[in-house]
Amino acid sequence: MLGFVRRSKRIIAGLALVAGLALPAAADQPQRVVSINLCTDLLAMQLAAPGQLVSVSNLAADPHSSVMAEEAAAYRANYGLAEEVFLLKPDLVLAGEYTARATTSLLERLGVPVVKFAPATSLDDIPAHLERMGAALGREAEAQAMIEAFNADRAALAPTGDELRPLAAMYYANGYSTGLNTLSGKVLDAAGFRNVAAEAGLLRGGNLPLEVLIMAAPDMVIRGNRYPGQSRSEDILDHPALARLGASPAAPILADRDWICGTPRILEVVSRLTEARSALEKIR
Amino acid sequence: MNSMRYSILIALLFILVACLFAGSLLIGPAAIGLNASIAALFHGEGEMVTLVMREVRLPRAILGALVGGALGLSGAALQGLLRNPLAEPGLIGTSSAAALGAVITIQTGLSAAFALALPLAALAGALISVGLILLLAGPRGTILTLILAGIGLSALATAFTSLVLNLSPNPFAASEIMFWMMGSLADRSMLHVQLALPFMVLGAAIMARAGGGLKALTLGEDAATSMGVNVTRLRILLVVATASLVGAATAVAGAIGFVGLIVPHLLRRAVGANPTRLLWASALGGAAVILAADIAVRIIAPDRDLKLGVLTALVGAPFFLNLILRTRRETA
Repeated sequence: MLGFVRRSKRIIAGLALVAGLALPAAADQPQRVVSINLCTDLLAMQLAAPGQLVSVSNLAADPHSSVMAEEAAAYRANYGLAEEVFLLKPDLVLAGEYTARATTSLLERLGVPVVKFAPATSLDDIPAHLERMGAALGREAEAQAMIEAFNADRAALAPTGDELRPLAAMYYANGYSTGLNTLSGKVLDAAGFRNVAAEAGLLRGGNLPLEVLIMAAPDMVIRGNRYPGQSRSEDILDHPALARLGASPAAPILADRDWICGTPRILEVVSRLTEARSALEKIR
Repeated sequence: MNSMRYSILIALLFILVACLFAGSLLIGPAAIGLNASIAALFHGEGEMVTLVMREVRLPRAILGALVGGALGLSGAALQGLLRNPLAEPGLIGTSSAAALGAVITIQTGLSAAFALALPLAALAGALISVGLILLLAGPRGTILTLILAGIGLSALATAFTSLVLNLSPNPFAASEIMFWMMGSLADRSMLHVQLALPFMVLGAAIMARAGGGLKALTLGEDAATSMGVNVTRLRILLVVATASLVGAATAVAGAIGFVGLIVPHLLRRAVGANPTRLLWASALGGAAVILAADIAVRIIAPDRDLKLGVLTALVGAPFFLNLILRTRRETA
C-alpha cells in the first residue's frame, strides 16, 4: 500500500527534475520562501524548487510533530518570530490561518507578502491546498502532478462498499477524541470504520468520557503515541478499563504527527488503517 | 456534651456519605439505568456496564470518599495542633508542597519505575511543609504569622511545581498545572485507590492513637504536660499523620483547598468543641463534601473536567473571609 505514495513521490521528483532543467525559475516565482507553520512547512517541502524554500518552522524538524523531520533538518529552522523571519529577507511567507496573527500582520505591514492556509479538515481539502501552494510558489505544474497522483492513490484506497464497517475510536491523552468534521475523522471514515466519537455526537475534537467509550463497545481503539517524560493526561491510556476494551491485536498506534496536517502523506495512514480493518474482519 | 448526640451526628453523617457515595456511582456521562447499574456492580451483569461500574465509577467514588475524609480529618487535626481556627492543609501550603513532591517524582520518571514513590514523595513534601510551618509560625504563633507563612510556602511550592511542569519534555505536562493546583478525580482508576489507601489508613490509625491528646492540648501546653501528655511526641505524631493523609490525597487527586477549613468549622459546635470527636466527624463531613463536589462537577460540565478545587474554593473562600472578620471582631 505504501507503494502508491512512493510512486507518486517518484513522479514528483522526476517532474521537478525535468522542470528544473527545462526552464530557469520563472520571473514571478518567489525566490526566498519562509514557512512558519508546520502544515505549510510540509506542503512547501514537498512542492518547492531546490533552493526556493529558505526556512521552515522548528516543529518541522521535531519527530514528535512532523512526518518529514529528516527532510526538515536540511532547512534553517525558525521560531515564527516576526523579527527573525524579516531578517531572512523573504519574498514570501507561508503561515497558518490561526497561528501567530500578530506575527503575520506585522510582516504584512513591513511589506512581506504572506499567504495563509486554513487547517485541512478533510481529504478533499488536500488537492485544494496543493493547488494554492503550487500557485504561491510558482510551481503549478508540479502541484497539478501531485494532485493527480493523490487522487489516483486515494481512488485506489477507496472502500469497495462491502465492508462490515467495524466501530473504532481514536483515544488520546485526556480522553480526547475526534468526530467526523476533522481530518482524522475523515481518514477513519475513508478507511472504512465507523467512529465512536461521531456516534456520540462529537463533531470536531473533544473529550470523550471513558465510560461513553466503554459503553459503545468499539471493535478497535486507536491510541496515540506517548511523549517523552510523564504526564497525568496520558494516565488514561493506561487505565485498566481501557486495556480490557477493544484489545484487538490489529489496533495500530497512530502518532499525533500522522494526522496533524493534510498532505498527500495522509494516505499512508488511510492505508495502515485499511490493513487494520481487513485484519479485524478476518478475525471475526 | 453527651455521647448520645455525638452518636446521632456520626450516624447522620454516615448516612449522608453513603447516599452521596451511591449518587457518585449512579451519575455519569454514560446513561445507565438504576437496575442495570446495580446488577452490574454487584453481580457483574453486562460486560461493558460492569466495566464502567467497577473500573470507572467505583474507583472515582471510593477516591472521593477517601480524599475528602483525609482532608477533613487533617484539617481538624491541624486546627487542633496549631490551635488556630484558620489552619487548613490547602491554606498553609501542605497540599501545594505535597503536589510538588508528586510532580517531581512523575517528571523524573521515578513514579514509573516504582509506583509507591508517588505517594511517598507527596508525603515527604507535606511533611517538610508542616515542619517549616511549625518552625516559621511556631506552635504558639498568631493567626497572622501562620497564614503569612502558609502563603509564602504555598507560593514557593506552586512556583516550583509550575517550573517543573513547564520544563517537562511532555507537551501535556504544562497544562496540568491546573490539576495540581485545583484537583480532580476524573479518569482515576483502582490503581490510584491502591496507591493512596495504605497511606490514608496509616494516617488515620495514627490519628486514632494520638487524637485523644488533642483535647488536653486545647487547655495549653503546660496543662497538657501536667496531665501526663508528652506534647512533643503528640505533635510529631499529628504532623506525620497529617502529612500521610494530605500526601496520599494530593498524590492521586491534586491539591483541593478549603475542605479541611469548612468542614471542622461547620461541625465544631455539633461536637461540643471536643477536638477528638471533631476529628472523626470532620472525616465523614469531608468525604461528604468531596463526593458532593465531584457529583456537581459532573452535572455542571460533564465534558469539561471542571476541577474540584474550583467548587470548594467558590464555597470555601467566602467562608474563609467571613472567618477572618469574625476572628478580628473576637480579638478586637
